Amino acid sequence: MSSATTIVSSIDPRTAQVQERAELYQIDESTRLPALIFLGTAIGWLFVGTVFALLASFKMHTPGFLGESEWLTFGRVRTAHLNTVIYGWATNSGIAVSFWLMARLSRTLLRHAGILYVSGAAWNLGVLIGTVGILAGDSQSIEWLEFPPYATPLLFVSYALIGVWGIITFRFRRSEHTYVSQWYLLAALFWFPWLYSVAQIMLIFSPTVGVIQSLANWWFAHNVLGLWFTPIGLAAAYYFIPKVLGKPIHSYHLSVLGFWSLAFFYNWAGVHHLIGGPIPVWVQSAGIVASLMMVIPVIVTAINHHLTVVGSFGAVWNSPTLRFIVFGAVNYTLTSLAGSTMSLRSVNQVTHFTHFTVAHAHHGMYAFFTMVMFGSIYYIMPRILRKEWPSASLISLHFWTTAIGISIYVIGLSIGGAIQGLQMLDVEGHPAFLDIMAETVPWLFSRSVSGVFMLVGHIAFAVSFVWILVKRRTADETSPTLFNTPPSLKLKTS
Amino acid sequence: MNNGPLLFLGFFLAIAFSWTGIVVTNLVQQDKAGTTQPFFDSASETTVPLPMSGAAKQGQLVYQDLGCVYCHTQQVRNPVSRDPGAESIDVARGWGNRPNVARDYIHDGRVFLGTMRTGPDLRNVGQRLPSESWHFNHLYNPVITSPGSIMPPYPFLFEVREIVGEPSPKALSLPPEYAPPEGFEVVPNARGEALVAYLLGLRTDYDLPEAPGGTQ
Repeated sequence: MSSATTIVSSIDPRTAQVQERAELYQIDESTRLPALIFLGTAIGWLFVGTVFALLASFKMHTPGFLGESEWLTFGRVRTAHLNTVIYGWATNSGIAVSFWLMARLSRTLLRHAGILYVSGAAWNLGVLIGTVGILAGDSQSIEWLEFPPYATPLLFVSYALIGVWGIITFRFRRSEHTYVSQWYLLAALFWFPWLYSVAQIMLIFSPTVGVIQSLANWWFAHNVLGLWFTPIGLAAAYYFIPKVLGKPIHSYHLSVLGFWSLAFFYNWAGVHHLIGGPIPVWVQSAGIVASLMMVIPVIVTAINHHLTVVGSFGAVWNSPTLRFIVFGAVNYTLTSLAGSTMSLRSVNQVTHFTHFTVAHAHHGMYAFFTMVMFGSIYYIMPRILRKEWPSASLISLHFWTTAIGISIYVIGLSIGGAIQGLQMLDVEGHPAFLDIMAETVPWLFSRSVSGVFMLVGHIAFAVSFVWILVKRRTADETSPTLFNTPPSLKLKTS
Repeated sequence: MNNGPLLFLGFFLAIAFSWTGIVVTNLVQQDKAGTTQPFFDSASETTVPLPMSGAAKQGQLVYQDLGCVYCHTQQVRNPVSRDPGAESIDVARGWGNRPNVARDYIHDGRVFLGTMRTGPDLRNVGQRLPSESWHFNHLYNPVITSPGSIMPPYPFLFEVREIVGEPSPKALSLPPEYAPPEGFEVVPNARGEALVAYLLGLRTDYDLPEAPGGTQ
């Protein structure tokens, strides 16, 4: 990570590294338009997805709400929510962050960015067509693969172009050393199209027989998290934590172990969604073993992320980027360890088929991935626009509403789900299913409350995003936006 | 770790390993075991499982487009314990006579095992709740048959129309607070009828060599 420390010091124009700084500007500049396209659309989809989420959440405790509308029936809005946040928000923001990171770490310009405008437009058109298709009744009802078949080939082609462009950028690298973030990004860019195309063929275009579909479904759906979103989130955390703190990552060797153990264990873990089901016991056991083995990459990554932070809590608290990213990194550790535990047969029997799993999914996708993306965007935007965030208070509002919102979400639904699971197992004590359902309603209501918190946070975020785009660049912007600037930090970040 | 091609070989092996292991191996294994084919019982001269009826197939598409799978599973789970005498909790709850096996799903077209039980399991709903009119009332507004239910109503699977001449034999008999105005009736539309045909066809009431106990 010596390059990161030199980059930090190179931002001071009085040092001898003016040239390096100019080069960095050029690299950031080459990523500006593609990044803005992907980030702008990502934030648009985040809004759409949040509205669908709130509708679905309200409908769950108040089923008559908009009950007359076929387009907005629960099964469709819930699905529209999942697909807009996954393919609209998370994938778009993940692509933007990946490209910016890849260009910076490879120390090379993003070449022929025009192809990325086209693929970005095509990707978002595909998401739009797919979402309208779901609402109109063409959902495939295969979890995480609901987009109708008239949307998915477009998505695949545009994605393939994006993946190839990431790899080309890497091929032109001028850095001597390949940093751990680059492995994660390259792997993710390569894995996603494989997963997506194979799953589409085996499930929709030429479906396999019977429960093999379910195996292919969960091989895909869990790997979208494990082999697409997780590597991008970890790549960002691996870059920004040492970068903003101006010190190297705790251990290079551990990062190698963490990467390859993730690559080989995570992609078997999806079978734990089928424990107890009509599939061979050996493959369930393999899925459980792989889920437990995930403790290795998780602990390794936790050591690397958290031990790098130790001793710099002040900086973490004051930097918007780090406050979000460290929140995300801590929750990555927590949600992953919870996930491994949930794969144990005895625990799974309780949590499977309950709201506990929903809480867990949001713990991973929001408290980890989405928060890391927020933090990354707070770092990237000032670099590509060369102007600073207009309001630290808005960022603070964004942080607290989303952090509190997702905490209420995860805690509330975990409790509700655990109660639901325990009661479903207790046939004698709780013979009536409707009574069990009634017990979950207060917890489902707590989710709607958390959703309102997050919506407020997303509004604050969107206002900041539009504001920084339109505001004029002023001459006195020499230091990053911080919540407050302690004297110890003034030198490092100036 | 600077060698690009070597990195890619690693990425490739990682994902090829799991795809082969989880998907392909199981496909080959099931094919070899013959569980992708129906079972012909020579004693009773029957073939099980039976294919879905045409109406049920239509109904499965309605089940798919309305997203029923997000709240209902279609699998009676095996017991956690592998002891021979262990009982499945799902069987104890009355959701089926026996746990489901892979062969139960070969005619399903799309398989809806599901991962969520906001509502009860439906794999044997046709056996558990065989009344057509119960299902129509329930779909029209679930609280009619199931007070306190949080399942959404599906009024768009029905038509409220003026009674011309004789009332339709398919008209729902609704409690007064849900009934249409005088002179009107509620009848299921084609999609509603197909969905109920599908639900009534969901039943594991047969035995397979690998899964006895279905006819109990």
